[in-house]
Amino acid sequence: MNNKPWISIFGANSDIAIEVARIYASNGYNLYLLSRNVSSLQRIKADLQIRFEVNVEIYHFDATDFKKNSEIYDILPTKPIGVIIAFGVMFDQKSTQDSIKLIELTVETNFLGSITILETIAKDFEARKEGFIVGISSVAGERGRQSNYIYGSTKGAFSIYLEGLRHRLYKSNVRVITVKPGFVNTKMTENLKLPFILTASPVYVAKKIFYAVEKNKKTVYIKSIWRYIMLTIKLIPDFLFNRTSL
Amino acid sequence: MKISAWGRYPYISSEQVQLDNSSLWSEPFIVNGNLRSYGDAALSRKHLNTLKYNKFLNFDYISGLLTCDAGILLSEVIEVFLPRGFFPLVVPGTKLITIGGALACDIHGKNHHSYGCFSNSVDSFKLLLPNNQILFCNRNINTEYFHATCGGMGLTGIILEISFYLKKINSKWINQKSIKNKNLIETFDSFEYYNQIPYSVAWIDCLARKKNLGRSILMVGDFCNDGDLSFKQPKKLNVPFNFPSFILNSFSVKLFNNFYYRKFPAGVSENKVLYEDFFFPLDSIQNWNRIYGKNGFIQFQFILPKEVSFIGLESILNKISNSQLGSFLAVLKLYGKSNDNWLSFPIEGYSLALDFKMSSDLPNFIEKLTDEVIEFGGRIYLAKDALLKKEQFDISYEKGNEFREFRIKNQLHKYFSSLQSQRIGI
Ligand SMILES: Cc1cc2nc3c(=O)[nH]c(=O)nc-3n(C[C@H](O)[C@H](O)[C@H](O)COP(=O)(O)OP(=O)(O)OC[C@H]3O[C@@H](n4cnc5c(N)ncnc54)[C@H](O)[C@@H]3O)c2cc1C
Ligand SMILES: NC(=O)c1ccc[n+]([C@@H]2O[C@H](COP(=O)([O-])OP(=O)(O)OC[C@H]3O[C@@H](n4cnc5c(N)ncnc54)[C@H](OP(=O)(O)O)[C@@H]3O)[C@@H](O)[C@H]2O)c1
Repeated sequence: MNNKPWISIFGANSDIAIEVARIYASNGYNLYLLSRNVSSLQRIKADLQIRFEVNVEIYHFDATDFKKNSEIYDILPTKPIGVIIAFGVMFDQKSTQDSIKLIELTVETNFLGSITILETIAKDFEARKEGFIVGISSVAGERGRQSNYIYGSTKGAFSIYLEGLRHRLYKSNVRVITVKPGFVNTKMTENLKLPFILTASPVYVAKKIFYAVEKNKKTVYIKSIWRYIMLTIKLIPDFLFNRTSL
Repeated sequence: MKISAWGRYPYISSEQVQLDNSSLWSEPFIVNGNLRSYGDAALSRKHLNTLKYNKFLNFDYISGLLTCDAGILLSEVIEVFLPRGFFPLVVPGTKLITIGGALACDIHGKNHHSYGCFSNSVDSFKLLLPNNQILFCNRNINTEYFHATCGGMGLTGIILEISFYLKKINSKWINQKSIKNKNLIETFDSFEYYNQIPYSVAWIDCLARKKNLGRSILMVGDFCNDGDLSFKQPKKLNVPFNFPSFILNSFSVKLFNNFYYRKFPAGVSENKVLYEDFFFPLDSIQNWNRIYGKNGFIQFQFILPKEVSFIGLESILNKISNSQLGSFLAVLKLYGKSNDNWLSFPIEGYSLALDFKMSSDLPNFIEKLTDEVIEFGGRIYLAKDALLKKEQFDISYEKGNEFREFRIKNQLHKYFSSLQSQRIGI
């Protein structure tokens, strides 16, 4: 196998993450895959090793286990050159409204989970003066909408967190990339009817992420048309906005 | 969503169901892969698509045994393993099919006479049954399921994982001989003369009549041994929209005249061609199925037992060229012995495949041709079929009834159902 740098993917069972892993592996990078479902990680590992002949290591990781989040990074034998935060949960808004459990899970996974793991990593990257951090946020975090604001607010908070982290790490030559997908065809959205032209495939998202890192981008919308859609949505004045069913 | 298979006939509304959904078994559905079958074998009101199950799981460099999910494409297998000196033992005329589809249709390639069907390269597979039980099948364990599933058109369970052998190769190049034949007798003689060469296929001119009937180019070949295994992603052209019919005619005449017939010198010529051009010439034109227009087409593929292949083909080719309905080009192949799978298509003999643009006269014509095929003791390939009648199926597939009863006995008929299975009553 090889001595190429390592990339670390948190939430590596995500359909988007699987494709991100494939792109990095096809470019020769070795991979740490971390997620809850280890038997599924084992299959992804086998696939990546067979296809691309790179090193792959897997670890059990639960983002809501905050105490462990700092330790897990210390375990990784060779520290990675880049990390991708891909885990996330999205429950139907109506059910979430009525359930403390789902509210907790949404906030703890999407926001607290991301922060607790990233602070440890930021410290290491800052000291090494190298590395990149990709956070998969969402366009749902751009404006609170009645149909999706609990999930949306965790993503909004995550986007602001990434913005601050980017600011802090700028001096240390560490890049922070905020990825804002619109709709993506994954198991998260399996039961939703998504409009074809606004929906990206996980492969497309992965390519865009790889490209954004190479090209030193700060924020990417996927597909790019979402930048303008969200801009429009943000520009609608409140008195009109509140009458919509967005 | 609206879906169709490669022939774009029929086109139907079909709802997608998911493997991990609890309501999966509430209504009958059919599994499909890359929808490269032609007719309605992979179509139903509900379908479960396997393309996202696309992981390689194990590979043994010594034996060449590969284990992977059923949704892996043959093109991925080739892309990954050709540079390492391995190639699938059986490939069809397109690489854009899933391994699940290869098993469920028990596909054959240009080497059927020398190697047999895809199932011959299969060691074992895992099948998901309606009670959520996962059944391991090989030739000794769950034997009935093994023989019912290879060629079973997705009607015996969901194929999850397959272990099959790849063969060692030492080049991406094929040494090809092209033999120009003036008529059907010459074509048959050439097939038999070259039958020791592993791969062979002939392109027949379906418009040729009388003394030219059955004129063809036979191409035979095998992998070179020059150690060149460098892989390059092949270039593709695209057919961007449905062709109006007049273009089709001039398109295919030109294709044949310029590309296939005139190009070849009389007698035998030799050259070295890329595996891609030898096995998958049509893959270089994306969406070529659109050249038949929006109503789609039928690919009619039948096989005749060897003893009657010559007279049978002569008679059927005459009807096709008189009808003016068929495409100009047809593919003729030689087949070796049949295997033990219940619905596997091949029998020892010759098979012809050609396209018919869909029209109101066509179903009737195909029915007559099919009757004639069956009278000669032949049958139609289910992977290409959209029009076969139950009675025709019953006479031509001897194990058809066994298959039907097996489905009922195991309650499979309540869960797996395609337009084809309903039409032919299996
Ligand atoms: C240009 C072209 C050339 C071809 N040449 C040849 C040839 O030379 N020889 C040949 O034999 N065939 C040939 N074919 C036909 C093709 O190889 C078969 O139809 C193949 O099965 C298509 O695979 P698919 O993944 O597209 O399957 P689909 O078309 O999606 O499905 C085909 C059948 O397989 C079943 N199936 C698919 N996946 C599963 C699964 N996981 N579990 C259970 N059932 C499943 C479906 O239910 C259906 O009955 C050709 C097709 C094309 C378009
Ligand atoms: N799909 C979309 O339309 C869309 C749009 C915008 C943004 N996004 C974002 O994109 C990211 C990837 O999502 P996806 O679409 O690829 O969805 P996905 O396939 O459902 O993946 C989400 C993954 O998150 C992991 N996860 C959930 N909770 C976790 C926890 N507590 N600890 C560790 N891992 C956990 C799960 O891993 P296990 O399987 O191991 O449990 C799951 O595989 C998410 O952040 C999502 O919010 C998606």
